[in-house]
Amino acid sequence: LKGYSRYFGGKMAWFLVTLVFAFILNFMLPRLMPGDPVAAILSRMAQGMSDASGVQATYEHYTELFGLDRPMLQQFFIYVNNVLHGDFGFSIAQYPRTVTDVIASSIWWTVILQLPAIVVGWLIGNFLGALAAYRRGVFDKVLMPASLFASSLPAFGMAIILLVVFAVTLEWFPTSGGYGFDMIPNLSWEFIWSVIVHYQLPFWSIVLIIIGGQAIGMRSMAIYELNADYVKYSRFMGIKDRKILRYVFRNAMLPQITGLALAIGTIVGGALVAEIIFNYPGLGSTIFTAILGGDYPLISAVMLIITLMVLITTFIIEILYGFIDPRIKTAQAEA
Amino acid sequence: MKHTLQQVFHSGRFVVGFSVFMVVLLIVIIYPLILPYPPLEIIGQGTFFPPGIYVNVYDSIGFTTHYTLMLDEAAAKRIASKLNEEDRLAIKEWLVASGVPEDEIDTTDTERLLDQWANNYDAKVKIPGMTNAQRNYYIRLDASLEGILSTEGAIIAAKNPDTGALEEKGTVEQPDYANVGEVPNVRVLPLGTDNFGRDVLTELVRATGVSLLIGFVAGIVATSIGLTLGLLAGYVGGLMDDGIMFVTNLFTVIPTIVLLILISFSIGQERRGAVTIAVVIGVTSWVWTTRAVRAQVISLRNRDHVNLSKLSGHSIFHIILADILPYIASYVVMALILQISLGILAEAGLSILGLGPRTTEVPTLGLMMYWGMIYQAQILGKWWAYFPVVIVIALISFSLNLMNTGLDQVFNPALRD
Repeated sequence: LKGYSRYFGGKMAWFLVTLVFAFILNFMLPRLMPGDPVAAILSRMAQGMSDASGVQATYEHYTELFGLDRPMLQQFFIYVNNVLHGDFGFSIAQYPRTVTDVIASSIWWTVILQLPAIVVGWLIGNFLGALAAYRRGVFDKVLMPASLFASSLPAFGMAIILLVVFAVTLEWFPTSGGYGFDMIPNLSWEFIWSVIVHYQLPFWSIVLIIIGGQAIGMRSMAIYELNADYVKYSRFMGIKDRKILRYVFRNAMLPQITGLALAIGTIVGGALVAEIIFNYPGLGSTIFTAILGGDYPLISAVMLIITLMVLITTFIIEILYGFIDPRIKTAQAEA
Repeated sequence: MKHTLQQVFHSGRFVVGFSVFMVVLLIVIIYPLILPYPPLEIIGQGTFFPPGIYVNVYDSIGFTTHYTLMLDEAAAKRIASKLNEEDRLAIKEWLVASGVPEDEIDTTDTERLLDQWANNYDAKVKIPGMTNAQRNYYIRLDASLEGILSTEGAIIAAKNPDTGALEEKGTVEQPDYANVGEVPNVRVLPLGTDNFGRDVLTELVRATGVSLLIGFVAGIVATSIGLTLGLLAGYVGGLMDDGIMFVTNLFTVIPTIVLLILISFSIGQERRGAVTIAVVIGVTSWVWTTRAVRAQVISLRNRDHVNLSKLSGHSIFHIILADILPYIASYVVMALILQISLGILAEAGLSILGLGPRTTEVPTLGLMMYWGMIYQAQILGKWWAYFPVVIVIALISFSLNLMNTGLDQVFNPALRD
């Protein structure tokens, strides 16, 4: 168990260092941007205000409210303190809604969409890849180019193709939104059904792309493993094909898990764009409207949430990896 | 070198990918030479004109010879274009509602249907359950059917500038034809126009060129950074290795899209050019190359020929250039190809978020998608505004990926079939 705790300790330390670094980037970058966020609010609030000193007072009020009159370093510590208390400030474009409020209403849509999509895509992709490597022949000849093409398509490309075919032309599924536009979220069967129907296209557009990428990777790994000595030896020993396949699958899966941990950021990014195409009420659409509105507290916060989601997912995958691969325990125990 | 190239071009996948890529590249180079239209010129007054051949109506009526062709189907086609299936069913509905027995109505018999319509239709009759919009539809339909069966020609008239009275200039008979070759103003728009009224094909070709450039610059930047850091970390080792790996690990875990969005957003709309975006993409995507190069260099570092070179007193620079680079060259080329394809995809993803290069300056594939989406081309069924773009992106990325798997097979014998 000593080996494990060292491994987890190391991973945990990395997790925290990266988080701090990402947090600083998140704070710094949007604030380097030219332009005055307060002026943006003011131009809306001050419509019809003719009194110049009134405008000036409003401006000062908001500058103070956002703490923009203080030095950068002080702003940073105030921001850190606020974020630790779960307060990301006000959204500029949707003032007086708070950023926390905006994010709280969209984050679950993204989590419920992406997590299952990534898991399902990964499983199907790896299964198909291993099968292609084992069977070869026609199955491989068809699957390989198809997977390569699917993984070459940008996430929004797949989303648009599905949208046009299944929503606009065949009209099997709705074109946009997370639930029927005439509904108010509640727990009735009608609403749940509407959510399920709206879920399908965004879900499959993400899954198909992941299947493509994973199938190619798994196929290469599995071909590599199938040529390994232990497979030849097992065949020689007369061990059943099914059992050998299970060995091969397990060994080829390890690099695939690492690959997933490394690629999760890209996948999430692509899925965010897919959300925009389907107008799905998740973080992707939120950041899209935030960018259009120059709403930088909201952009920063969404970015932080995405970073956090990716980091946590990567962390979980690496922890699982530690359990699956026995070499890690021994390596850590020896060191 | 020659042998390697031969081997590479024996790989079927590489050859297919390479050919597709070259075809795209050639079109990008040759198209503007043959059709030098400015790609961002707004020619259409209106959004999303469908693909087709646009013939100037004024020219074809007034200033070209009219030829008389007696074609059988002409009248039927003319009527069919004005009276589609939906209109016929609507007419039937009205007739049934107004009391004509249903079995007497045949929607395929145009002449009889129109006859029944002319005899029975009355705009003033109120049919129970009909909305105002439907009533207006029938009034419009009735107006458009006016004279649909007539075989008379149309008279061309022009206003006399002095008196303001209309003067007959000529007539156009129904069997009159103009030869497209003789009409002075014809514009072929194979992919119609976009939301701004630009020629989509011309814009697409230019956008493909710009996107390839973006991919290429991003790829070069990412690969140079990755290669330099990887070589330093792998060959020099020690503190240098620790430092570089720390940064690399950091950037591996922070999602690239987050960095891309933040940096592009910080740069601001005014200062985002195509090359700036390319550099930003390159600067955020070098981690993979660094890791791969470092791993390769570490395995090479203690080979005999490198040690021999060290003993001979060659400089680090010389050793890296002569004894290490040639061994990882295939790896670096593959990384570069992958980065180019990722760069093109990254630009498209950024542009869709509205963080791409300035629209007024250059078209890119991502920007074309962005405007198509903003104007809801996918919902309105204006396929020509976005679908060719998706196809081009997929083709480029597919061809580059094919080249990569081909190279992988050549240099990685374990994967060979």
